Amino acid sequence: MSDAPATWRPATEETPLVRRLLIAAVLVVLALLLFAPLVAVFYEALRKGWWQAIATLAKPEALSAIRLTVTVAAIAVPLNAVFGVAAAWFITKYDFRGKAVLLTLIDLPFSVSPVVVGLCVVLTFGANTWVGGLMVNAGYPIVFALPGIVLASMIVTFPFVARELIPVMVEQGRAEEEAALTLGASGWRTFRTVTLPNIRWALLYGVLLCNARAMGEFGAVAVVSGKIRGQTATMPITIEMLYNEYLSVAAFTLAAVLALLGFLTLGLKTFLEIRHADALAASRRH
Amino acid sequence: MHIEIDEISKSFGTTAALTPVSLAIPSGALVALLGPSGSGKTTLLRILGGLEYPTSGRVLFDGQDATGLTVQQRRAGFVFQSYALFRHMTVFDNIAYGLKARPRASRPPGAEIARRVTRLLDLIQLPDIGARYPSQLSGGQRQRVALARALAIEPRMLLLDEPFGALDAKVRKELRQGLRDIHDTTGLTTVFVTHDQDEAMELADLVVVMSGSTTGGKIEQIGKPQDIRARPATAFVREFLGA
Repeated sequence: MSDAPATWRPATEETPLVRRLLIAAVLVVLALLLFAPLVAVFYEALRKGWWQAIATLAKPEALSAIRLTVTVAAIAVPLNAVFGVAAAWFITKYDFRGKAVLLTLIDLPFSVSPVVVGLCVVLTFGANTWVGGLMVNAGYPIVFALPGIVLASMIVTFPFVARELIPVMVEQGRAEEEAALTLGASGWRTFRTVTLPNIRWALLYGVLLCNARAMGEFGAVAVVSGKIRGQTATMPITIEMLYNEYLSVAAFTLAAVLALLGFLTLGLKTFLEIRHADALAASRRH
Repeated sequence: MHIEIDEISKSFGTTAALTPVSLAIPSGALVALLGPSGSGKTTLLRILGGLEYPTSGRVLFDGQDATGLTVQQRRAGFVFQSYALFRHMTVFDNIAYGLKARPRASRPPGAEIARRVTRLLDLIQLPDIGARYPSQLSGGQRQRVALARALAIEPRMLLLDEPFGALDAKVRKELRQGLRDIHDTTGLTTVFVTHDQDEAMELADLVVVMSGSTTGGKIEQIGKPQDIRARPATAFVREFLGA
């Protein structure tokens, strides 16, 4: 407000000095905790030049890790998107006993350590269990193989989509769906033409978060994968192994690639937030 | 279409919403379900439209048992309290929705759908708003679009839940006449829910006064507006009209 008197200030606003101090404090914390470590990762990766960095990425070990991580995300994220939509739909459009229990169950992966999740998968599907043994005999082991990694990633990232959707769907209510039904639309048509368009941005947002987490998951995957080099080692696992072997250029280069994938997700998310601020307002609960 | 409600009751879990109620609605009538909140009037309307199933009792359309018909099979034009227009579709697409949702065999061709939507927009006296989105409309316009959307499916009856509830007093008066005109033009059996006695008395041919209690909503009196005013059947009706 340039035309307001210089001394006038909204009641909720702090004095300029306090404001500047607060902003400075936030900037210092951001710089120390977020920006500096990221710069360090890229600095370490490129310390011996671009060619060295790129050469480490071209090694079979790194290529296999990138391929595995992308494969796991490509399977886990779409499946979780479908399950998340189904769970959110079920919870918000129907009334039933035990709804609160189901909501808590959906949140469970958020509150349980990923390592515990990984152990659970091993204990349930390992070679010495009934299901696991059957699969091993059939030639498709679950644990220490791709299915186990996908399973563990799915459990850990399960809440993201449902958690994004539930507040949006609660806010929108059931009236539009009911209107579609009275107009003669089937349940599936109602979902496709009314529900889905109304939740599309929240869904995309949830999928992006789910993807970022699926690609970065370490704890659960470390337990179920068996860390077999070139076979079951995802990007985060490979980074740890390289780092422990003092191959710092290779470790930090792979870390930089993983960070870049994260930036891509964040960039997309921010872009969507700016373009669809209204639609997303209801889902901003983080 | 003649509607008969035969000993319908409804409870949600342990909460009773409707004690058994019976009501006959003659074909082509304009009926108001009038009562305070908690009297089960909206529940009764939703049971007619197939959005809720009754706990017991039957609904008959033209003498045929319709209790088990799905919401789609009922073909009831339903106008929701806050209109429930599809926010991501234009007014045109909102009105065309029911026609496009029909099975391929009975779906009119595109040009025919467009013609019908145009005719409905004329009927609600808003011929130029087809390209707009619901968020760009006033409350009164939204209500009329919701009405047109419900009429597009060539419904067997018209059911309206507090159709004037969200509007200011002046618009409310205009739209009352609008609903009356549409009812008279189409000849559809029409049931609307209201808690406003002036609205019920002024608009309806037949008023059903309902009351609520812990044992569920029930019907206190059924009659023509002037008869209910002249001879309230129960103490509740007298008190409700006096208030």
